[in-house]
Amino acid sequence: MTAVLIAVLALPAAGGVLAALGHRHRSAGWLATGFAAAGLLAAVFLPASRGDGPLWHRFDVAWAPAIGLRFDIGVDGISYPLIVLTALLTLLCCLHTMSETTRRPTALIGLLLAVEVGILGVFLAANIVAFFVFFEIVLLPMYAIIAFWGGPGRRAAAAKFALYTVLGSLLLLVGVYVVVSSTGTGDLVALAESGGGGMSPATQLVAFALLGVGFAVKSPLWPLHSWLPAAHTEAPTVGSVILAGVLLKMGTYGLIRVGLGVAPEGAHAAAPVLLVLAVAAIVVGGLICLAQRELKRLIAYSSVGHMGFVLLGIATLSGTGITAALYGNIAHGLITGLLFFLVGSIKQATGHGMLTELGGLRTTAPGLAGILGFAALASLGLPGLAGFWGEAFAVYATLAGDSTARAVAAAVAAAGAALAAAYLLRMIRRVNYGPPTAAVDGAAAALRVTPIRLALWGPLVAATVLLGVVPGLLLDGFTAAPFLEWVSR
Amino acid sequence: MSQTIDHVALLPAYLAAATALAVLLTDLFSRHPVPRIAVAGIGFAATAAAAVWLGTLPPRQTFCTDTGCSLVTGGPGAAIAATTALLGLAVLALSARPLLAGDAPPGEYAFLLACSVTGGVMLAYGRDLITLIVALETLTLPLYVLVAMRGGSRRGAVAAVNFLLVSVTAGAITLLGAALLYAVTGTLHLTGIAAALRGDTIPLTAVAVAVIITGVGFKLAAVPLHGWAPGSYDGAPLPIAAYLSTASKLGGVAVLLWLVTEAFPPVLHIAGPVLTVLAVATMSVGNLLALRQRRTVRLLAASSIAQAGYLLVPLAGLTALAGPPGTAATAATAVLVFALFYVMMEVAAFTGVIALRWPRADGGELGDLAGSLRAAPGPAVVLLLALAALAGLPPALAGLFAKITVVSSVAMAMPWLAVVVAVNAVVGLAYYLRFGVLLVRGRGTEPAPAGWPVTAVLALSVAALVIVGFAPQLLWRLASFG
Repeated sequence: MTAVLIAVLALPAAGGVLAALGHRHRSAGWLATGFAAAGLLAAVFLPASRGDGPLWHRFDVAWAPAIGLRFDIGVDGISYPLIVLTALLTLLCCLHTMSETTRRPTALIGLLLAVEVGILGVFLAANIVAFFVFFEIVLLPMYAIIAFWGGPGRRAAAAKFALYTVLGSLLLLVGVYVVVSSTGTGDLVALAESGGGGMSPATQLVAFALLGVGFAVKSPLWPLHSWLPAAHTEAPTVGSVILAGVLLKMGTYGLIRVGLGVAPEGAHAAAPVLLVLAVAAIVVGGLICLAQRELKRLIAYSSVGHMGFVLLGIATLSGTGITAALYGNIAHGLITGLLFFLVGSIKQATGHGMLTELGGLRTTAPGLAGILGFAALASLGLPGLAGFWGEAFAVYATLAGDSTARAVAAAVAAAGAALAAAYLLRMIRRVNYGPPTAAVDGAAAALRVTPIRLALWGPLVAATVLLGVVPGLLLDGFTAAPFLEWVSR
Repeated sequence: MSQTIDHVALLPAYLAAATALAVLLTDLFSRHPVPRIAVAGIGFAATAAAAVWLGTLPPRQTFCTDTGCSLVTGGPGAAIAATTALLGLAVLALSARPLLAGDAPPGEYAFLLACSVTGGVMLAYGRDLITLIVALETLTLPLYVLVAMRGGSRRGAVAAVNFLLVSVTAGAITLLGAALLYAVTGTLHLTGIAAALRGDTIPLTAVAVAVIITGVGFKLAAVPLHGWAPGSYDGAPLPIAAYLSTASKLGGVAVLLWLVTEAFPPVLHIAGPVLTVLAVATMSVGNLLALRQRRTVRLLAASSIAQAGYLLVPLAGLTALAGPPGTAATAATAVLVFALFYVMMEVAAFTGVIALRWPRADGGELGDLAGSLRAAPGPAVVLLLALAALAGLPPALAGLFAKITVVSSVAMAMPWLAVVVAVNAVVGLAYYLRFGVLLVRGRGTEPAPAGWPVTAVLALSVAALVIVGFAPQLLWRLASFG
């Protein structure tokens, strides 16, 4: 069934090419959206007739042996949910682009699909150099999305995004070749299985530090996050959704798959640092959010805190913690993707993103207010919704370490979760309640939850509830993957 | 002492020289520019074909004495010679319209270009100091005149004088280095030099090595002999600027590679640090210089200085040489692979600029190209792709692989140098992005059609970039020092 595996990448790539060729025509946009839908379908069917090995399917051909590069892709229980999430969010973004009034929609869809190919490639890669190549594919299309479809400050924001990201990815590149040069292989599966391919602990630490900084910029983990708020605030809605929903996951996924996978001893040595950074990100992210007065900026900064929880799970280096991190990844993708769709619509309809200009959404647009309230509750980690499991178990895994330092870290992280509740409820109070402001009142029609919007947001709401009620859907896949066992021993 | 000469080994050089002569003769008998251009074009194509054919044969050598041979053929040499001849052909095609329009005397132009290509081809095969230095000068001398051949431009004259002065200085420095090296070793053959350098080294060896490397660095526009590049490129006719930044640099790369792989293996602990300093200084200075450029060609020139810095990085990695004999060959392969990637990107970039600027003969201000994507999508897309490649980013996979080649060669041995490359690439991205965004925004004025030869070069350079983007291993096969 490697055909399905290839189709997952090839369909969006073909759609992207079509959109680029027919960038003047609206019909090409619909056609490309069709390819995105077909790609999602292929992704959903990846578990069919899976093999017994550590990867369900694998497709491996030599590409450039001189630099250790193989076109080697595969999928397992750890990457599968992220692949589906990527395909789903991209499809929703394509539909959003076609249904809302967008300038040059087909060109935008072409870029979205290019980004999708890069992200999917990252999640599929079983060769460390191929991983890097896909990692790089994302940069320029995402830059273009922000720089040409963004808000008033888009140029500076896009440049900041590109420069930060390229610095991170080049450090990543150095780390990749520290690994490839010293082990002679780029096979992520073999490297993870052998616990670092025989690299000395010192080399592993160098490799992990370089890889870690590279991924930290992308995730972004505090204190390397400062490109994120600007990029989110200026990016168009679909840009923010992809950015927060899946692009950031390349960093956390990379940290687990590549960082822990190829340099486990380096990760052990660096774990205390990761723990401190994680807790700092949770607290700092929460505090900054409390002071935010702009809606998109607030959601953007909330990502810093949520990614802190993901890092916290990773820093425990335990099976529970890493599972929690992987769960948090998916939950954050769904919930923050939804939140960006919602606040994007609010900002577009009212022309305002400042909290002071918004209010009374509940009376003017009860439907939208309801979904916004739901998303905020999911984001703050309400039990029964998807956001709960990742964060609760990250804290639990930290506590399970039986050391005072980790107990303190867990306590501070839990307090940070309370901060999340504070800023999200504050946002809801400002936006939903009180008398409707002029901006909201004037945009009542544009704030309605139309059937198209329901179709766009519905899958995300449903998935958030489903994963909240039946966490086993994901957990079983994670725990069945041999990879998890390799990195948590 | 008489010896037999292997004329087969000399075939590409013969053909390149014959091209120059044929152009001269055509110039006597025909008044029309087309035959002269055609003769030169056929000659370059034949030279490239001969170099490729020679590359498929087992290595041959000729002009040998007991210390070594003056002329050796082989895989990497074939790649350099063929690429040089093809670059000559590309530059000729890019110059066709200006020559037909009478911007420069076609006979002289094609003759000088053929002379320069002859020098470049000889550099690919030469293995003694005299042959290499004479070939280097043969490559450079015709360029003084060619740089000045932009019809009615004072900038061209200034550029030519500038180029002449720096070039003469660099030539003198290279000769000094060669003389010192001869004084230390008593031989001119590179393999002989290596044999003589084994064992203890005297301080003069270090001076000789450093001086000759610095002198050759001029051809690459490496610091400290980089200052001429922006002015000379900008004053020269655009196709000649393209030649300066590709074929002429490739010549410098060839000399450097033969020196490092044949003559300097015993003294890599001296050559390595020199190259490290040059690499770090060149990429940093080039990138900082490029940040402030307002003119298109000056920007490309400064960026090509930075790229020369990246190019030196794998050789710099030899400082940390741990002993395995294959390391120098691996580093040399990486340099040549990067150089081949680089000339493709550079040709694409310059051709894009030429197509967007026609019928103007200079690159103009960056702002003059604003909105090119809407006005002239074809050349603008090529230029954008070339800029992405120079920045080392997909969708230009070729550029990404070039960057990977450089970083991978030193990541393990000298991680700090790889990090310096990383920081420089970030600075580089800043100006490539600025240029790229400029091309996309707004709607510029449509250029006149630049003619089929330019379109052909445009198409072929993109095709080459795409092919090596998907099959990068091709270049390693071509450039392997094995």
